[in-house]
Amino acid sequence: MNWKRAAMAATIAIPVVWLFAWGLTKDPKEIPSPLPGRDAPAFSLPVFAPGRPPLARAAGDTVRLAQLHGRVVVLNFWASWCLACRDEHTTLSEVALEYANRPVAFYGVLYNDQASAGTRWISDMGGQSYPSVLDPGARTAIDYGLYGVPETFFLDVSGRVAYKQTGPLSAKLLRHLVDSLLASGKAVGAAAGSGS
Amino acid sequence: MNFRVTVRFVAIVGLSAGVAPGAEALEMALPGRQREAVLAPPRSDSVLEARTSAVASELRCPVCQGLSIQDSPSELSQQMRDVVKEQLRAGRRPDEVLAFFVARYGEWILLRPAPKGFNLLVYVLPVLVVVGGAGMLAGVLRRWTRHPPAAQ
Repeated sequence: MNWKRAAMAATIAIPVVWLFAWGLTKDPKEIPSPLPGRDAPAFSLPVFAPGRPPLARAAGDTVRLAQLHGRVVVLNFWASWCLACRDEHTTLSEVALEYANRPVAFYGVLYNDQASAGTRWISDMGGQSYPSVLDPGARTAIDYGLYGVPETFFLDVSGRVAYKQTGPLSAKLLRHLVDSLLASGKAVGAAAGSGS
Repeated sequence: MNFRVTVRFVAIVGLSAGVAPGAEALEMALPGRQREAVLAPPRSDSVLEARTSAVASELRCPVCQGLSIQDSPSELSQQMRDVVKEQLRAGRRPDEVLAFFVARYGEWILLRPAPKGFNLLVYVLPVLVVVGGAGMLAGVLRRWTRHPPAAQ
């Protein structure tokens, strides 16, 4: 009788405990993005921080995703109030310069911040090689399913989201992702070329 | 109070209470013009506000812990509410607005996950526990009443 009771209690308790234990292995802050593999949401945003030659764009210019077709795009959402953004700033700035002669476009998108604060932050950090744009009302951030900064989106040459990085980037990962997207872009380009 | 005003009042109360099934039932029950009054792009501000808060209550704030974008004071939530309101004003249905956010944030953004697959557990488990508990209680009570403990 007691054995039966214990077995019944165990059959009920074990799955429940297992479910809770499994839940503990999950990070509730880790949100899987549905975007990779899909067309990148279009944007059209004004430059506020021009960057430096050869990557510079004049302040006030409008950056449109449609204009970047055929290039790998690295879209980095950041803010002056974001501490982790400091960790990746130099990496992004330097790696962007390394790819200056390749079909790669680096853009920073200022997230929920003032342009003046962003400009001051860039000069405090010793400048930034690539341009940054404003995102009024965080519309582009919402389109990209942003939930914090820094987040970086890698778009392939056909304008699809290939990868999303949450948190600061390392130079190694950054180069690896850009290189692999350039390589796959060449394959796509070659296939299109042989078809025509 | 004419019929249209009544319908609108019921819609506002229903939507602001977050009673989506009630709103759907209302939608089905209404013919022609009255139905249009509820479902057409909202003309008055109060209807738009009520619909916005109903949809915003279904969406999770990405920068909070367990809050909807309706309840969160964060800047991002405010901006997301603006997007919701804008889309409703443009004539999108509430489920289309929710789908817009799901396409960007994944199903995670919904505070009430769709009842399918693994999610079913959330809906089925509480019912099973209540039914099982009631069954056990009934069994125990029956045993107690059948063999009353010896009177002290």
